[in-house]
Amino acid sequence: MGTEKSQAAGAPATKRQFRIWRGDETGGDLKEYLVEVKEGEVVLDIIHRLQSTEAPDLACRWNCKAGKCGSCSVEINGKPKLACMTRMSTFTEDETISVTPLRTFPIVRDLVTDVSFNYEKARETPAFAPPPGVTPGDYRMQQVDVERSQEFRKCIECFLCQTVCHVIRDHEENKPAFSGPRYFIRAAELDMHPLDARDDRKEYAQAEQGLGYCNITKCCTEVCPEHIKITDNGIIPMKERVVDRKYDPLVWLGNKIFRRGQVPQTSVTSEHSPGAVRTPATGPPGFHSHAGASHDPKAEAQAQAGVNWHREVPKPTAPTLDESGRLPLTELTFDRPAAPSPFGEDVSFPLPPEHLNYAHPEQDKH
Amino acid sequence: MTTTTRIERHHYDVVVIGAGGAGLRAAIEARLAGKKTAIISKSLFGKAHTVMAEGGAAAAMGNVNSRDSWQVHFRDTMRGGKFLNNFRMAELHAKESPQRIWELETYGALFDRTKDGKISQRNFGGHEYPRLAHVGDRTGLELIRTLQQKIVSLQQEDRREHGSYDARIRVFAETTITELLLDGDRVAGAFGYYRESGEFVLFEAPAVVLATGGVGRSYKVTSNSWEYTGDGHALALRAGATLINMEFLQFHPTGMVWPPSVKGILVTESVRGDGGVLKNSEGKRFMFDYVPDVFRKQYADTEAEADRWYEDPDNNRRPPELLPRDEVARAINSEVKAGRGTPAGGVYLDIASRLPAEEIRRRLPSMYHQFKELADVDITQEPMEVGPTCHYVMGGVEVDPDSGAAFGHVRGLFAAGEVSGGMHGSNRLGGNSLSDLLVFGKRAGGHAASYADGLASRPRVPVPAVETAVETALAPLQRDTGESPYVLQQDLQAVMGDLVGIIRREGELVDALARLGELRERVAKVSAAGGRRYNPGWHLALDLRNMLVVSECTAKAALERRESRGGHTREDHPTMDRAWRRVNQVCSLEGDIVHLDRKPLPRMRPELFALFDRAELAKYLTDEELAEFDALAKEER
Repeated sequence: MGTEKSQAAGAPATKRQFRIWRGDETGGDLKEYLVEVKEGEVVLDIIHRLQSTEAPDLACRWNCKAGKCGSCSVEINGKPKLACMTRMSTFTEDETISVTPLRTFPIVRDLVTDVSFNYEKARETPAFAPPPGVTPGDYRMQQVDVERSQEFRKCIECFLCQTVCHVIRDHEENKPAFSGPRYFIRAAELDMHPLDARDDRKEYAQAEQGLGYCNITKCCTEVCPEHIKITDNGIIPMKERVVDRKYDPLVWLGNKIFRRGQVPQTSVTSEHSPGAVRTPATGPPGFHSHAGASHDPKAEAQAQAGVNWHREVPKPTAPTLDESGRLPLTELTFDRPAAPSPFGEDVSFPLPPEHLNYAHPEQDKH
Repeated sequence: MTTTTRIERHHYDVVVIGAGGAGLRAAIEARLAGKKTAIISKSLFGKAHTVMAEGGAAAAMGNVNSRDSWQVHFRDTMRGGKFLNNFRMAELHAKESPQRIWELETYGALFDRTKDGKISQRNFGGHEYPRLAHVGDRTGLELIRTLQQKIVSLQQEDRREHGSYDARIRVFAETTITELLLDGDRVAGAFGYYRESGEFVLFEAPAVVLATGGVGRSYKVTSNSWEYTGDGHALALRAGATLINMEFLQFHPTGMVWPPSVKGILVTESVRGDGGVLKNSEGKRFMFDYVPDVFRKQYADTEAEADRWYEDPDNNRRPPELLPRDEVARAINSEVKAGRGTPAGGVYLDIASRLPAEEIRRRLPSMYHQFKELADVDITQEPMEVGPTCHYVMGGVEVDPDSGAAFGHVRGLFAAGEVSGGMHGSNRLGGNSLSDLLVFGKRAGGHAASYADGLASRPRVPVPAVETAVETALAPLQRDTGESPYVLQQDLQAVMGDLVGIIRREGELVDALARLGELRERVAKVSAAGGRRYNPGWHLALDLRNMLVVSECTAKAALERRESRGGHTREDHPTMDRAWRRVNQVCSLEGDIVHLDRKPLPRMRPELFALFDRAELAKYLTDEELAEFDALAKEER
């Protein structure tokens, strides 16, 4: 395959500079390669050329080579991408192309990472619950109703959204509690499934999958090769419905940003009051008010008893964005080692207790 | 014994090799039957080649046209396979596929719907009625994801009941099986390695289901992924099972051959239907030289007339670019072999100079976007480079149609999906592969489970066999004098692509067998650089011997079958021979030599014969068989 086609399609092959991460969990570094690149090739072709020439043991996952299986996920110049869908023509002639393994997952070897985190989270996500009493062949659904879930079922499980998500990228400590965008859209898919028998998908996503950690920076949507609108169509609808039950500062922030002029709505819950609590907001704009309309005056009274709901607390914190309005993803494109804090650069932890909206079930009773 | 002590051991009732549609369906069935089941996958869970299937899954549910029935589906399948199909498999497939599709909905699948809320079905070549359940153009992905999620749900059940997700069904991802281990003539287990660590693993199990897919990776131009190295075919052969129909491979005449980023990807026939023409490297529109006499009346003999056809099909004859697939493939093949091909070994398919860019984008939106996105090829500006691409193998493990149990002298071995043979005869209809996976995956899994139940004693893995397997697996790493596996793979692909490709000739097949013989010696001495951890060179070195033995089967069977039928085209025997319809060619392994036998096809039951017109049967059956058919018809009257 190699030599016979060097003159094919007119353009002569050129040599291009690559930096590819080689190593294993004990360490490694970027190795320089000068590789022949022909017209019309993608990054995966170059990796294959390296394997068949100077680096026969270069480890890299791949399968379909047509953007359909989601195996060849790597980070190219710091951006999570599918190697089979990244054309060499998208780089300038003199550009050095760096290829590194997915940063969020442990290294196995070279470009291969241990993505078992994702399969564990998949197992923790409750499966489709078939409607009782409906025999196979009797399922009836309208096209318009299945389309919303079908969008999420386009997912090829490349895990680019998982690796890019700053909640777990460089934050190993968040992994146990956070399932990640791939499994938020799985929950959304089942939530929107016309015949799924479970009705607690949203609550489950909030309570068990860590939906509340997501602060909708849309990085996942950005990298999705299937162009699934993960944030807009999956995560935000899940958060918005869940807000009736749980306080979620991000939805509050989202409301501030996206619905300026509308009455901000927030809600709260304590262990004593799992029900919804809502009253009209009265606090000055820009401050977080816990006054909200209530469906259940008893629950409200109980919640109000523990905390001064009219006090002023600082705005929820937001991460530092770069000039393009996005989170810098890796040190390759960022001015310091490791990724930025998702809570902003000027927040120090732990936060002072008075900034936390928490009512202790016993102590705050008075 | 020092080597065997370092081998991780597992005990299972049923081991399923392959995690595509057939493997996952088999595993679900074995687990539902209460068996402790392992699924072994060369890739990550859910990445198998099944995801590439676009069209849909054929099942006579009759949702769009209520006249559809299993009988019509059966008839279509037999016609498509040119009556070489195992009739019983075609029958079971046609009868059971609707249930298998409906069952997927209970696992959570979301197919496209009809207006009244049922599963929508689309038309497809060779199917009399709209029959393919589909989800846009990603039906394969839906199928594999659904089965994957069903397995997860079973694991969740097991966790609730037994405290562990892996209690009764476990997925071993990125694990390759290199050898089946036998206790006498009974399957006793499977030996392999973890791709990640290079550590060896031994599965002790009385029943093994092969669901490893196809063999396309032995071809230069293929739409198949790296996994398609014929592992299951080779494992079966080495375990004493037999392969049938190995000469039948499905090629598409116009797959992309250049640029490399899209090599093997199919270019739909509608490009030619909409005005695309084939040109050689001299710029000549060569198809006019390849119109066979029988087609002269329907096809234009001047460019002027051919070009008028697009506007006025009633008063002009069709352009020769629209000849049947095998004629187009033969023409492309001849041009390339005569030295008038493109540098990449194809010809030009030009639509850019034939239609305005706007019109091309309007008529062929998905083609335009696919090539723009994957390869930065603008089909409105430049011609495409196309040639025949290997797509699917009809041949495979010879199995009992009802249980999927392999024939030959081995017990406890089952096969389902592309790795099994017989279902599709000499040619597969689009849409029949996805339903094949489900129907026979379930059957193989269920029968493997009951086979395991029925055993009085569990077979034991013999220690020497394990030691041999370890030595064989480590050999390429220990040699440093042999050739690179990548070079050997390229040479094998060149032999198969050039000499055992879409159009075959006796001389070339003889030549191919000689070259495969040389390659066998070179592959036996292959050496892989590097260590055992995730070393793709080593993995390929181990896959090569599978690819090689399966290629030998194909070449031998292709040389022997002196007729053209479905996926086997002999230039020196261009017509279908009714006598050959009664013959299956059976490959077995003696030592490391492929042995070829002939075996009569099972005889179709009279009531199934009665589904066809006598006139149609006359095209396929010998006079002798027709006389029997007539006698039967008389008897019934």
